[in-house]
Amino acid sequence: MLTYTLKRLLQGIVTVWFIATATFVAMHAVPGDPLANERATTEQIRRNLEQRYGLDRPVSEQYVVYLEGMLRGDFGISFTQENRRVNDIIRENFPVSATLGILAVTYAALGGILFGALTALFRNRLPDLVIMFLVILGISVPSFVVAALSQLALVDMNAFLGFSLLPVAGWGTLRHMIVPSMVLGLGTMAYLARLMRSSMLEITNSDFIRTARAKGLPPARIFLKHQLRNAILPVVTVLGPAIAAITTGGFVVELVFAIPGLGRSFVEAVQQLDYTVIMGTTVFYGGFLVSMVIVVDLLYGWIDPRVRLE
Amino acid sequence: MDEQTRAYRDPMSRVAMRQLLWLGALGAAGLIVLMVALAWASSITGGGSGAGRATDFDTKTITLVLVQEPPQLDSTRATDQVSILILGHIMEGLIRYDASNRLVPGVAERWDIRSDGATFWLREDARWSDGRPVTAHDFAFAWRTIVDPANASEYAFILYYLKNAEAINAGKMSPEALGVRAVSDRVLEVEFERPVGFFDKLVAFAVYFPVREDFYLSRNGRYGTDAEDLVYNGPFMMTRWVHGAHVRLEKNPNYWNRDTVQLNVIDMPYVTSDTTAIVNLFKDGSVVSATLGAEQLDDAMKLRWNIGRYSDGSVFYIDFNFRPERITSNLHLRRALQYVNDSSELVNKVIALPGYQPAVSLFPAWLTGVEGPFRQEYPPPVVTPDLATARQHLELAKRDLGVAEIPPLVLLTGDAPIANKQAEYVQNLFARALGIEIRIDKQIFKQRLDKMTSGDFDMVAAGWGPDFADPLTYGDLYASWNGNNRGKYNNPALDAQVRIAQNSLDPRTRMDAFGEIQRILIEDAVHLPNYERGLVYVQDPRLKGVVHRAVGTDPDYSQAYLVENP
Repeated sequence: MLTYTLKRLLQGIVTVWFIATATFVAMHAVPGDPLANERATTEQIRRNLEQRYGLDRPVSEQYVVYLEGMLRGDFGISFTQENRRVNDIIRENFPVSATLGILAVTYAALGGILFGALTALFRNRLPDLVIMFLVILGISVPSFVVAALSQLALVDMNAFLGFSLLPVAGWGTLRHMIVPSMVLGLGTMAYLARLMRSSMLEITNSDFIRTARAKGLPPARIFLKHQLRNAILPVVTVLGPAIAAITTGGFVVELVFAIPGLGRSFVEAVQQLDYTVIMGTTVFYGGFLVSMVIVVDLLYGWIDPRVRLE
Repeated sequence: MDEQTRAYRDPMSRVAMRQLLWLGALGAAGLIVLMVALAWASSITGGGSGAGRATDFDTKTITLVLVQEPPQLDSTRATDQVSILILGHIMEGLIRYDASNRLVPGVAERWDIRSDGATFWLREDARWSDGRPVTAHDFAFAWRTIVDPANASEYAFILYYLKNAEAINAGKMSPEALGVRAVSDRVLEVEFERPVGFFDKLVAFAVYFPVREDFYLSRNGRYGTDAEDLVYNGPFMMTRWVHGAHVRLEKNPNYWNRDTVQLNVIDMPYVTSDTTAIVNLFKDGSVVSATLGAEQLDDAMKLRWNIGRYSDGSVFYIDFNFRPERITSNLHLRRALQYVNDSSELVNKVIALPGYQPAVSLFPAWLTGVEGPFRQEYPPPVVTPDLATARQHLELAKRDLGVAEIPPLVLLTGDAPIANKQAEYVQNLFARALGIEIRIDKQIFKQRLDKMTSGDFDMVAAGWGPDFADPLTYGDLYASWNGNNRGKYNNPALDAQVRIAQNSLDPRTRMDAFGEIQRILIEDAVHLPNYERGLVYVQDPRLKGVVHRAVGTDPDYSQAYLVENP
């Protein structure tokens, strides 16, 4: 187990280094100038700016400086938010994205497993058809549409009630979190429901369930210990990457609901070509994704003992 | 009985259903616990919004939405609209604009501007938010910081009128040599590099705001980064700044002119650039105003909202590339396009948003000339769309260039919705009228700038927003040395007029020069004016006294007030 964990960790570190280098190269290959602004700067002002951000040095040296900073956990200062450190931006915005992401994943996992199991039980009957229709809808309607529609629904609901039951946008209290996290988790929930359904169906017809029934185990025990536990395995596999994807992919939801998350900072940084913020957040997200995959691998080994031996 | 029904009747299924429901209930309970825990965790890390109403008459509070997080509020480095908007409320310069956009005393109670310099006498009761007096040293320190190359201020050029500023910015002299001196706490002496006839308008600009040296140094390079890293001398002070989430301004009790400030709190608990979300917030009664896009306008009219509009001072046009290898350097080709260009059709039929005005000149309608509006004193030459003349010029252009057909022209443009509409309109227009093919090159912001700077275009959709309320903010754009002259237009006759406008102090001489510049730009078909941008907005009828202006703090809430029953 220890060797397995160490091996996965080492792989993770190499992956993060690779992400860092690829981002650095891509960043400098992209056309466009991070210091350019609508107002043209004079030669002199430009030189001063280049000096401030170390862009006057050769690219190889910039790469070394960047890697050194990364090892110390320091991503430098932002190009657009001039006095702020990239570390501060991540520290302030990531908890918001993480909160939103954790809630969304919880919604998605609970709903996905529950609805998936339900549809399997009611296969080809009305509840199955209704839920599967909604699932297809959830997968195919993009989140910006769902976000805008649900926000409009909130406006109408508050207008109908005559008081503000749930805020239309903003962040800070429990009431702000409910709708955005549901919107964010919707796609994943639909995906998980479909996955759960097929895996449940597969297991219901498998030999070991028949054996369990034949040897007279109580139905409650069969369902919980044999059927559900085995059917959940593929769901857990995709849950890790899903957590990372949801936490990093909340840009649209963050924009529509005015939520100060990291997804928004990241997209804005890309538009502004803010080198340090792009590199900092990419490496941070890369590290996050890699560690999520490792966690899932370890978790998988715990649920399914056969994995560890490989 | 078919197979599925049997499966349902199976006792196994019923047990499974019951178990699933239990699990679901358990999960839901867990979810609620998780949410409460997360909400508590985010409240200790300092989240954002107090769910506010748009207005509160009793506490004199208004709630607004910010379209973007201010990058930082160090006035020596600010360049963007949002920072300048907030700075205009929390700081005050020597001179400020009043509600009818006249220059009135700010920190300075009187001033004297000469050809070689200026003197400002500061008022005695101007105070920082910590009670210390605002002195001449605070201005001298701020201005030296801006031109100091170590500060790398993008707006340093706007101080180049001060003696030695350019040399200091180039690192050739020490910042101490700058032509500004605090004679005493209350007298500021300024020396000019060259005469500047509109210095009073310049010092009203945010970059000229004061910065207190001892406070600035005590923040160790973090000045303007957080609410506690600032000290305020304006009508309001910032009491809360959660990055990307919440800005809260409260009335500054130490502001000298506090009796004119009627609002107690300007709360901005929402930061988003999504116009639909902003309008939803307004509809919900959460914010006091919202800017409308074309998509929301119909909706707003159906709801019978009170729609306001104003010109934001920017003018938009299509620039040509004058580099010799580009065929757009040919005058007849440009004239042909100019005689087809129809800015009224573009504004009235294509953009079709109230507030937008067809542009007829580089100088927008709001600029003041010698006494009255500049455009009335110096009416621009009129170019009426005329297909016959356009085709004549096109034939001449083909002869000059020695081609049978004009090759396709590249129109570089941005990715905003209006830029798209404009580009498609122009493409259609030129193809229909002259048979010239336009290839639209749509680029995101930085890439477009890159191509503009390297000259990778035939035509480019460009625009200009004013820095100060003098025609010079537009007038020098096509000077051969100006970095914003991306098409590299080079005309000694125009350069000469720019120098007159820059160096003369006599209003008549200067305005004559601008009139001449305007004439050259149109007769030489240097660009195709498109529109003067307007803003359409809705505002809560209980809020009064908000000032909109083309230059400076916009919108300005410092003199706004609430009425209980409109």
